[in-house]
Amino acid sequence: MAVEKMSIAKALNESLRKALETDPKVLIMGEDVGKLGGVFRITDGLQKDFGEERVIDTPLAESGIVGTAIGLALRGYRPVVEIQFDGFVFPAYDQIVTQLAKMHARALGKIKLPVVVRIPYAGGIGAVEHHSESPEALFAHVPGLKVVSPSNASDAYWMLQQAILSDDPVIFFEPKRRYWDKADVDVEAIPDALHASRVAREGADITLAAYGPMVKVCLEAAAAAAEEGKSVEVVDLRSMSPIDFDGLQASVEKTRRLVVVHEAPVFLGTGAEIAARITERCFYHLEAPVLRVGGFHAPYPPARLEDEYLPGLDRVLDAVDRSLAY
Amino acid sequence: MTVESTAARKPRRSSGTKRAAGAASAAKAAAATAQNAEPQLVQLLTPEGERVESAENAEFAPFVADITTEDLRGLYRDMVLTRRFDGEATALQRQGELGLWASLLGQEAAQIGSGRALRDDDYVFPTYREHGVAWCRGVDPTNLLGMFRGVNHGGWDPTINNFHLYTIVIGSQTLHATGYAMGVAKDGADSAVIAYFGDGASSQGDVAEAFTFSAVYNSPVVFFCQNNQWAISEPTERQMRVPLYQRAQGFGFPGVRVDGNDVLACLAVTRWALERARRGEGPTLVEAYTYRMGAHTTSDDPTKYRRDEETAAWEAKDPILRLKAHLLATGGADEAFFEGLEAESETLGKRVREVVRAMPDPDTMAIFENVYADGHALVDEERAQFAAYLASFEEGH
Repeated sequence: MAVEKMSIAKALNESLRKALETDPKVLIMGEDVGKLGGVFRITDGLQKDFGEERVIDTPLAESGIVGTAIGLALRGYRPVVEIQFDGFVFPAYDQIVTQLAKMHARALGKIKLPVVVRIPYAGGIGAVEHHSESPEALFAHVPGLKVVSPSNASDAYWMLQQAILSDDPVIFFEPKRRYWDKADVDVEAIPDALHASRVAREGADITLAAYGPMVKVCLEAAAAAAEEGKSVEVVDLRSMSPIDFDGLQASVEKTRRLVVVHEAPVFLGTGAEIAARITERCFYHLEAPVLRVGGFHAPYPPARLEDEYLPGLDRVLDAVDRSLAY
Repeated sequence: MTVESTAARKPRRSSGTKRAAGAASAAKAAAATAQNAEPQLVQLLTPEGERVESAENAEFAPFVADITTEDLRGLYRDMVLTRRFDGEATALQRQGELGLWASLLGQEAAQIGSGRALRDDDYVFPTYREHGVAWCRGVDPTNLLGMFRGVNHGGWDPTINNFHLYTIVIGSQTLHATGYAMGVAKDGADSAVIAYFGDGASSQGDVAEAFTFSAVYNSPVVFFCQNNQWAISEPTERQMRVPLYQRAQGFGFPGVRVDGNDVLACLAVTRWALERARRGEGPTLVEAYTYRMGAHTTSDDPTKYRRDEETAAWEAKDPILRLKAHLLATGGADEAFFEGLEAESETLGKRVREVVRAMPDPDTMAIFENVYADGHALVDEERAQFAAYLASFEEGH
């Protein structure tokens, strides 16, 4: 059966399984990805079925994981590496920024590095420090990397397939608090392009743009606004590098208002770039400045405060009201 | 701050400094003694050019038993031409043709000995100073100069000679080598991988991680460290408190210290380490004990931090002079050989000068090339905008 209801976690697992089955060069690497199946069980059962040579438990050293993945890619492999949590990617940041991102260019195209770096990210699970962060802008800022984040199980399945098939390094951010959200996945569908945005809900009065974990919040906000007679369009960006500005522009030219929502700190974040470019592209269509809802310029707070810190329904609706008030 | 308060604080500060300085100098002396002692320095050719047999080299000498006089002349030729190329590049930097050059002067034996130990199917991960290894791999030396002239970031196809691009971030390539070696093992091939790095790089976390990964996966990689005594201005006692090769022990694989100015010993030890890798016995650390005779790069000034006496002492151990002495003493080469080589050096130097001076600047739009393999909408957009911007000047006149 082609269509199956599954969680994001299961969809990612199925997608990795499919990749391992399809291409003998695909490898899974990371801490605890073997017998344990990863701390979120995304790689559950894969080592049992594909062996320790292809589903590789690594030493606890993130720079080593990405650095050796680069070497394996140079040898012709397609490593899919798991960073256990968002806040632990930084030991690997040097390898990702100075090596992984640049090697294709500095080799004048003679080298390709098809490496996928999977990172469970963002908050909402009541975790301790360094387990709830949204560092996507730090990667989207780097030429040579592609950065994506699925918001639902179908995208999780297909975008991971496409990321693995890509000849470019892809940073794949997984919204960890949505891992258990279920949706229909058609494993025989023809998927959207990896970096295309998707209109998740049509509307006429204002556009909400989001990705990953915030798409669900925006859809809830749109439903609540509809009860007050406001027609809110929700665009799931899906990709932070590149960003589908054409798709977003089409939506904003229709609704004339835009609010960008993400968990990451607003300052110099994805929303800042979107505000600048959409203002440039849609200056004569806009009825209000592009507004942003997101994290503050403060460390991610202790778990007991994260409900207040994270953009929720009310903060999104507040921004919608402020935009409509112009 | 007032004069009085400065004066009042002075005695306390200076006595504290004195104590600290005393402790520091004692520690420095201990450190220097600990890691400059030369135990197990594998040497086959003395600085005077005499072949030696010893307990330390007994395990390694058989690995060069096949080396003929003609091979020795070949190694000599490699070193001389590499030094000539290197000197030419330094001169080209002084003439403004290159932005920077990192000279290998003094490290020819370490690089040619290890480089000539490799098979074609082996893979090399260099730093930015491995001009001699590049020579052994068949990379045209003029290809190395593009990045130092500023026309590219690495102008050769690494897959042709199995010689990776120069890596400037210190130690990063040791992990790439380890990963590549993991792939070699997965493929069931008997190729080996060699990672070059220096004494300064041995302090990098990536190098420690490369040691860990290669040890636990038993990867076929040789870590070839050229301990040239200086990381820009910092001596080895600022990097380590034990002889460098001993670090391998803690990771669970052997480390060997070899006379890095002895091309024959470097060839033997590297062959031995590569054989271990091919047999599935995992990684080896080779510490080639050598000396950076020149500056770190053309931007550096070694007179600020090291003494002429030290450099002079190492000049007496020159890798090229000792092989020449050996060839002369054994009748392995005659004057015609040396004269012929001198002529070949001149030809190489001339070619390098001509190629570099003719090396064109890249096209402006090369900025946007090869950023991605599969393309990227933003790069496309910016390329088009910049092209239109540039074109607007032409249209305006």
